[in-house]
Amino acid sequence: MSDERPETPPTEGPPTEGPPKEGPPTEAPSEETRGQRRFLRDLMGLDVIDWRTAVLVPLLALLSALIVGAVIIAVSDVELLRLWGEDVGEAFSQTWTTIRDAYVALFRGSLWGLRPISETLVSASPLILAGLSVALGFRAGLFNIGAQGQMILGGIVGAIIGFSFDLPYVLHVLVALIGAAIAGAIWGGIPGLLRAKTGAHEVITTIMFNLIAVPLLDWVLKLEFVQRAGRDDPVSKTVAETARLPQLLGWLDRNDLRVHAGFILALLAAWFVHWLLFKSTLGYEFRAVGANPDAARYGGMNVVLVYTGVMAIAGALAGLAGANEILGIPEYRAAPGFVAQIGFDAIALALLGRSHPAGVVAAGVLFGALRAGGQQMQAATDIPIDIIVVLQALIIVFVAAPALIRAIYRVRTGEGTGQLTKGWAA
Amino acid sequence: MELELRGITKRFPGVLANDSVDLTVRQGEILGLLGENGAGKTTLMNILYGLYSATEGEILVDGQPQQFSGPGDAIAAGIGMVHQHFMLVPVFTVTENVVLGVEPTLAGGVLDLKQARGDVERISAQYGLEVPPDAYIEDLPVGTQQRVEIIKVLFRDARFLIFDEPTAVLTPQEVEDFFGIVRKLKDDGKGIVFITHKLGEVLGIADRINVLRRGKIVGEAIPGEVSESQLAEMMVGRPVDLVVAKTAAQPKEPVLTVDDLVVADDFGNPVIHDVSFEVRAGEIVGVAGVQGNGQSELVEALTGLSQVVSGHITILGQDVSKATPREIHDIGVAHVPEDRQRSGLVLPFTITENMVLDSYHEDPYSRGIAMDWDATAKMAATLVEQYDVRTPSIDVPVSNLSGGNQQKVIVAREFGHDVKLVVASQPTRGLDVGSIEYIHERIVQERDEGAAILIVSTELDEILALSDRILVMYRGRIVAEVKPEETTPTDLGLYMAGGTPS
Repeated sequence: MSDERPETPPTEGPPTEGPPKEGPPTEAPSEETRGQRRFLRDLMGLDVIDWRTAVLVPLLALLSALIVGAVIIAVSDVELLRLWGEDVGEAFSQTWTTIRDAYVALFRGSLWGLRPISETLVSASPLILAGLSVALGFRAGLFNIGAQGQMILGGIVGAIIGFSFDLPYVLHVLVALIGAAIAGAIWGGIPGLLRAKTGAHEVITTIMFNLIAVPLLDWVLKLEFVQRAGRDDPVSKTVAETARLPQLLGWLDRNDLRVHAGFILALLAAWFVHWLLFKSTLGYEFRAVGANPDAARYGGMNVVLVYTGVMAIAGALAGLAGANEILGIPEYRAAPGFVAQIGFDAIALALLGRSHPAGVVAAGVLFGALRAGGQQMQAATDIPIDIIVVLQALIIVFVAAPALIRAIYRVRTGEGTGQLTKGWAA
Repeated sequence: MELELRGITKRFPGVLANDSVDLTVRQGEILGLLGENGAGKTTLMNILYGLYSATEGEILVDGQPQQFSGPGDAIAAGIGMVHQHFMLVPVFTVTENVVLGVEPTLAGGVLDLKQARGDVERISAQYGLEVPPDAYIEDLPVGTQQRVEIIKVLFRDARFLIFDEPTAVLTPQEVEDFFGIVRKLKDDGKGIVFITHKLGEVLGIADRINVLRRGKIVGEAIPGEVSESQLAEMMVGRPVDLVVAKTAAQPKEPVLTVDDLVVADDFGNPVIHDVSFEVRAGEIVGVAGVQGNGQSELVEALTGLSQVVSGHITILGQDVSKATPREIHDIGVAHVPEDRQRSGLVLPFTITENMVLDSYHEDPYSRGIAMDWDATAKMAATLVEQYDVRTPSIDVPVSNLSGGNQQKVIVAREFGHDVKLVVASQPTRGLDVGSIEYIHERIVQERDEGAAILIVSTELDEILALSDRILVMYRGRIVAEVKPEETTPTDLGLYMAGGTPS
């Protein structure tokens, strides 16, 4: 513990007038900001006690999204729309066929057989790691929008360690992962420190750090010791075999089963985040600061350290997600855009997973399945894979509006009654 | 001309909030509605104001049954409400706030504030409200903001005014001014419902008193024919000790010594000037003063939450002027913070989690970096039992508890360990009589067990009842030190206002 008293964290909002003051010293937050806070905590699933609601609402959100998605599939087909004017019966049956084919292909591509499952898990691994990064931030009251940038940094460092050194198996991959985690931790920790010391909002700073990371990647990929020999385009050298994440089903001797140890890493990370949040003193501090920084200060916690620590650990998780894409995916190299949209999908995923590690794993597998199945759907039918993005967005809309879900499905939950009695319960 | 509630019953799922309540207010009288927190007062008034609809029963104005589907209907029937939390737009002027929702509009949608401004001035003059029509709300003191709310109601031609806990946010002087205004409104023929849980206030202002307990009217009384303790008994349902039973203090060695303390606010302006005092083991020292005269800053400095500019704070011989909140906690200082919801509790956390807010780093609640939740839950269960926290389980979030039980959680957490010094700020603010009695007893008990106690309160009654010595703070200085048996509330009030009794 430091000898200095904790600094007063910069307060948001207008400064209070000097003494002597009139009226109560601590203005209660306005109803509006309290409502927004309430909404955000609900959206992130931070105060869920009833696990049945916690599971039921996302599942029903998924169902609702699939139904709305079916409508979108139906109305986005111009041929089908024309048919409605000519032969309603035929149009109906063709629409039905289209939707059925699409969802069957989605299912087959994601879960039907060993290869689809393998592809689902390949897509799920970085999503889970990045989702844990965002969820951890949510728990501490921080919006880590910077998973994207932290992934890029983790990927760069993982790749460089992967092809630069000559180390034995196991050790090499561990060193590469640790390096990636540290790079992500720094890229996430700086916005955390800025928030703690200066009050600069982490949403802004992490977005800026994302924007810095993209050209940084382009620049690094063109460096002589990084760029692959004989190439003009920005592509890194290939990671040494010793630094690759081993394929889990390599013993089956099939070269189409890409699932690798990154999935195990993601599960271990989820277990770690769960332990951290709910079983460790540090996690208790994280959650206390997230729910009420004033009470955390009162309780003797160092809010500056917590903000920095949370963002560093979140960055490390995202850094691992980035390394996962370099060290686990065949070709084993870094190229522009290797992160795709994973860092942003992770935000949606953390919301769907109610900021709970187990929820993040489930949501990550779901999004991974949608991605893997979407490719199959695109190949088997004419429906573009973009519908997957629409489905993901719809799921979040429904999760964000649990009242809507409850109204549609007549779900009775404890929350509804709790609200009413809260005002007067003695 | 009268407003009548007949057989009002309101059921929430699983809860009976109001149970066939009958209530009448005539024009030109003040009805006091007295009840503990959670007795159903606010629910009843929200029904009257059209915010809730009653499960059973009816509302009559001048004998005519009314159907309120929203506040608009209630306003049209001549009912106005001044809420506990003001509904004002801080960046609008007084006039703009007053017309909000009933804006006078000229042809073409042009806002006409001129006439409204005149109306605001007229109403303000008529009742002596002294509200400047062009001032921005955010620049006005809380007491004036409340008068803006009153103007809003009068601007809408209310004949019946409901005040929900109107004095909770006011300083003692403001309360006096406010009572004057309420009497003027009454003399002008308005019917007034005054909701409160403060016995003294309701006896001082009301013409008739209705007591609500567990959603039911349990008694009616006329001030002058009833004593405070009779009212308290009606309200709580059992006899209540309004006087704290305690023996004379036996002060021993000094525990807390403050020398020439100077503390500044966030902007560097000094808010505490050269304050010196000491608190000895086995005595209760009360700090009286009007809110905002440096008491909050004093407590923050003593507990390590803000920085000391100069001077020294010594606890049990250790200089803690630069110590952190944790270091001060570890010496054995219990801190009951001023605002329990803002800084004393993490509301979404369970009782168990809140019980270790400042001791989670200690054995046995954690070992190294791992929490021991079993040990913590065991301790929490013991304390909940010992301190009579009313809760279905230790695993419910404290946000589900009533204010009194939330405060008991804090008191249990802070007093549940070996305590050398207690710093308690507004320990009973907003609590009902039963909880106040309990918390006062606990504080005296800590004293008798040898702790040094510093109480900061703006409630004179509380200071007089608890303290063995009283310090009065005014503008960041200690302007008087008196013994409770040698002073009167009037003298204390004068010191608090910066004067000296003659």
